[in-house]
Amino acid sequence: METLLEILGELHPEIDFETHNSLIDDKILDSFDIITIIAEVNDQYGVAIPAHEITPENFNSASALYELIQRLMDED
Amino acid sequence: MDRQINILEYLDNIVKICPEKIAYANETDELSFKTVYDNARAIGTFLHNEGRYKEPVVVFMRKHPDTIVAFLGVVYGGCYYVPIDNEMPRHRIELIFQNLKPRSVICDESTADSIKGFDYNGAIYSYDEIIKTPVDQAALDEIRDKAIDTDPIYIVFTSGSTGRPKGVVANHRSVIDYIETLSEVLQVSGDTVFGNQTPLYVDACLKEIYPTLKFGAKTYIIPKELFMFPIKLVEFLNKYKINTICWVVPALTLISGLGALDKIVPQYLHTIAFGSEVFPIKQFNMWRKALPNARFINLYGPTEATGMSCYYVVDREFALDEAIPIGRPFKNTEILLLTDDNKPAKKGEQGEICIRGTSLTLGYYNDFERTNEVFVQNPLNTMYPEVIYRTGDIGRINDRGELVFVSRKDYQIKHMGHRIELGEIEMVMNQMDGIQSAACIFDNDKKKIIMYYVGDVSKADAVNYCKEKLPRYMVPNLVEKLDVMPLTTNGKINRLALKEMYANR
Repeated sequence: METLLEILGELHPEIDFETHNSLIDDKILDSFDIITIIAEVNDQYGVAIPAHEITPENFNSASALYELIQRLMDED
Repeated sequence: MDRQINILEYLDNIVKICPEKIAYANETDELSFKTVYDNARAIGTFLHNEGRYKEPVVVFMRKHPDTIVAFLGVVYGGCYYVPIDNEMPRHRIELIFQNLKPRSVICDESTADSIKGFDYNGAIYSYDEIIKTPVDQAALDEIRDKAIDTDPIYIVFTSGSTGRPKGVVANHRSVIDYIETLSEVLQVSGDTVFGNQTPLYVDACLKEIYPTLKFGAKTYIIPKELFMFPIKLVEFLNKYKINTICWVVPALTLISGLGALDKIVPQYLHTIAFGSEVFPIKQFNMWRKALPNARFINLYGPTEATGMSCYYVVDREFALDEAIPIGRPFKNTEILLLTDDNKPAKKGEQGEICIRGTSLTLGYYNDFERTNEVFVQNPLNTMYPEVIYRTGDIGRINDRGELVFVSRKDYQIKHMGHRIELGEIEMVMNQMDGIQSAACIFDNDKKKIIMYYVGDVSKADAVNYCKEKLPRYMVPNLVEKLDVMPLTTNGKINRLALKEMYANR
């Protein structure tokens, strides 16, 4: 989780990602952020997020995203 | 056929042929050609009644089919539209207002509140109200009768290196010239269904707006949010049977790069035009594999020459280290490649891409100085006045006789489909309290803007300030604080040293 919060914090230092849970609905993240997050998650966790998992639900909060990463790591 | 001198002739003509057909739509609303025609003429009449004529009218509305109607309405009124958007930071809009000194702004319900916060004392018109104006056809006829094809249609603002945006003024003649030849290249017809990606406040949206009117085609405005979610985006294209797109490269690589094409194919798509940036071949090949029968067209051109000036229809395979050419100029446009001493570049030699032709816009609004820097006398013609536009882009002709883009001359970069002067970001940052010095570099491989600064300001505050003052695509992707700024012997910021610092970090 630490690593993920760092990735997100670099993109938006002004947001408290531990508590924010409407990152998409509140238009905090944009398409550039999504692409950066996917690339960084791949680098740091060795997990490729497949296209069908790139959904508003999975990116709305750091915890949802972290759950997704965990799930993908377990599937490997 | 009579010679066309006004862009509104497209609409006047098509409304007689297919009035009930849908022209512009999004997920919830659709407008027929008849509705577009009626509402636009109502707006034209309204502006006439208000005594507005031959002046800029700001259109401050959300990304919606109605916004296009407002544009056309302004032209019916004999004025020229200036699109601005809620996405633009307040600071930028204020600079635009300072340049324009507009007397009228058309708002919708999404912007009616934010306009009140600006330093603006002119009239605010509500779109929903002014489309109720009874059309005064005699007045509109008189406006049309007096119009000539060098009258302005719109002003769109681009990034300027001094921090002041530049308002590019396009006229009927330049837009007609562009739309006629672009339509040929894209092979637009009444069956064309466009999926618009680009914001309505840039010239890029001309590609959908006007061919739709010329041919009785249809344009869907795709919600911006979909450009985060590749599968949903392709589902949208399929749901509305979109067959033609003119997108910036990052929008296409969003789909291919995230693996969406393995899951779902845009099944109706047959024409894919792209521009703004170099298309990485690996990504491009994914698209070609998914859509082997589609036409892929690389477009190139500056706002100052109305839209696109060159095209290349992909007709062969490319190696991973090759660049897709920008090909050849549109009909009725000439490209001059000029060397540093203003001589034509020899075959294979690099030169600045300069444009000659009717598609040239009129220049920058209320800014003769910066207009005269780039709209200049053709140095190859010493006999009579002839203006060319110097793009600041470097190109060369390859072995096949195709024009190839090489690089930018200055600090201007292309990022997320937008043209950005790094100097503009620096200028804005340097205005922040506590900042001593700020400098930006661009990582061309990772497509990141990196900003270094010196000052008594936290990184979070610096980023927040950028977000307040700059459009999202200009906000640096990485911000680093330094104790001292590296300088050259001339005392200028040493950007090479910053690049090294970045490479070694």
